Amino acid sequence: MTAATGRPRWQSAAGWRAMFREQPLVPLTGILVVLILVTELVDPGIVTVEWAGVIMKTAVPLAILAGCQTLAMLTGGIDLSVGAVASMTGFVTATFVHSPGGWVEGIAISLVAAALAGLVTGVGVGVFRVQPLIMTLGISFVVLGLANVWQLQNVQTGSGVPLELRTLGSGALFEIFPYSLVVFVPVAALLLVGLKRTGYGRLLYAIGDNPVAARLSGARSWQVIIVLYTISAVLAGIAGLLLSGYANTASVSLADSSVLPSIASVVIGGTSIMGGRGGYTGSIVGALILTVLAALLIVMGLPEPSRQIVFGVIIVVMAAAYTRVTSEG
Amino acid sequence: MTAAAASAGTGSSGLATALRGALRKNAWNIGLLGLLAGLLLFAKLVQPTYGPISIQGLGTSVMPLTIAAVAQTIVVIAGGIDFSIGSMMALTSVVAATAMYKQPESVSYAVVIGVLALGLLLGAVNGFLVVTTKVPDIVVTLAMSFVWAGFALIVRPAPGGGAAPWLMNLAVGPFLIEWIPQATVASLIVIAAVWIPLRRSRLGLSFYAVGSNRLAAFRSGVNVGRTKWASYVFGGLFAALGGLALTASTGIGTPVPGPYTLEAVAAVVLGGVSLAGGRGGIVGPIIAVVVLQLVRTDMTFMSIDTNLAIVAQGVILIGVVMVGSLLEIRRAAR
Repeated sequence: MTAATGRPRWQSAAGWRAMFREQPLVPLTGILVVLILVTELVDPGIVTVEWAGVIMKTAVPLAILAGCQTLAMLTGGIDLSVGAVASMTGFVTATFVHSPGGWVEGIAISLVAAALAGLVTGVGVGVFRVQPLIMTLGISFVVLGLANVWQLQNVQTGSGVPLELRTLGSGALFEIFPYSLVVFVPVAALLLVGLKRTGYGRLLYAIGDNPVAARLSGARSWQVIIVLYTISAVLAGIAGLLLSGYANTASVSLADSSVLPSIASVVIGGTSIMGGRGGYTGSIVGALILTVLAALLIVMGLPEPSRQIVFGVIIVVMAAAYTRVTSEG
Repeated sequence: MTAAAASAGTGSSGLATALRGALRKNAWNIGLLGLLAGLLLFAKLVQPTYGPISIQGLGTSVMPLTIAAVAQTIVVIAGGIDFSIGSMMALTSVVAATAMYKQPESVSYAVVIGVLALGLLLGAVNGFLVVTTKVPDIVVTLAMSFVWAGFALIVRPAPGGGAAPWLMNLAVGPFLIEWIPQATVASLIVIAAVWIPLRRSRLGLSFYAVGSNRLAAFRSGVNVGRTKWASYVFGGLFAALGGLALTASTGIGTPVPGPYTLEAVAAVVLGGVSLAGGRGGIVGPIIAVVVLQLVRTDMTFMSIDTNLAIVAQGVILIGVVMVGSLLEIRRAAR
């Protein structure tokens, strides 16, 4: 490895390609650094430790949602229900602030609901072999509708994002280290170690890479898939709690706009949507890149519509560049 | 058993076999039509006043989604998926409503032509990006949905504008007899005018070929990239028609995309079109759109919370697909 990174590597395009393919983190981190430098150039003095704290705080919910997407995509699936599930948990928890059980009960109930939604998705995809796109789309309709019904029934009791969630989602130690890292670090550690070091993680890769081979070697893919979508929904639920605390609002459509960025983070991060290739580290960097980019567009003073356009275009460009660099030949 | 029956049929009469073949081939659509009839009957039973006026209203309300579903169907048949249809509809709709506002009739015809050209252009951009970047369709079109929605907001930051009277008249009222909504006739004519020639053309056949097996299509001399691109161009054209339908039925242009993208995917799947590509037609999705809308209507009549209608849509979508998939698994096992 060290021998191969010698001189000839940077002299040929193929060498660069090979390096990017084997070490996707290198170019990704490069893009991140460039974006940070551009931010500093556009508004000198803005890049401070506090700025980094704000970026991290903003990126955490997205990075967790990207985790859901990474798990699903490794098996060749996709989870379009993360937006609905995340909005639902934040919203349901907010309706519990005035109940006797308080926000703790709200969080418990909403996460159980999320897990149930994920379980149903998993059964649909794993046992009935419904395409993940359709299954998660259907489930997101169901979750959204039920959340709306819940909203109507709880209109009188009033709701509000609990103080504890607000602190967790938007507070920071010394105004620098976001409290949401307390949630994110264990989640990320679990995903990273789980994917790299456990048999379950290897099964996810195996099923995504070649479902038939995985089945023939004795993997019970339906069980793996059920567990996968349940984990994904619970993670989406946790992200939704943090998001509602960060935004200090709870609505049934809060996280809808996070679905595309969550998919984009993973694709930019080098995980193949076809399955079997990639990992969570890239997705985290992808989420950071998108967050810094979104912040940069605001710093540049672009109005909302133009920001949307530039954001969309850059996602296509980055995904295209990535696909080009890493594809063979 | 069915094979034995079929062979017996060949012996007795060719007509019966042909009929049975047609039935089996269209079983899915016939089932959907049965469901549609059941839902209509149910509406009439629950709400005795359900009559021509309600049918006309139904025709108007399903018009945009019907056309959006056709747009999605064409792309899906060719093996892609377009998540920017709702945004393209919003963009074309605001452009139409802004350009037509307080303009004479002659200008409005030009606007319609211009908007359709815009739709072709948007679709061409989507298709170009999908084909040349080799990024998965879903990622490209999701990202482009942001782009088109952004342009829609630039054209018109808030809902407004207007539609030419002749366009609005197309979307309401009866056609010849009071039971036939004009909106339905108008959308079906427009859809048929594009789809029937397309389906019979070499290009239409290539959509199916590329969708079902890229490699086989390539080896039989189909230009896979150009075919896929063309499917997005037609998707864009129908999205523009859907945008015009939106403007016609609401009288204004709204820059925020409606739920059309995802509901079109649902209708396509319910309509028996395989998301894997290469299979299905446009009749199923069109019926499915009406079914989805009628579910909502029926639930309103039963004074059930309309939010549960979304739940019902999700459950129907999942349920139908699960049954379809189970049948497939059993067939494969046999």
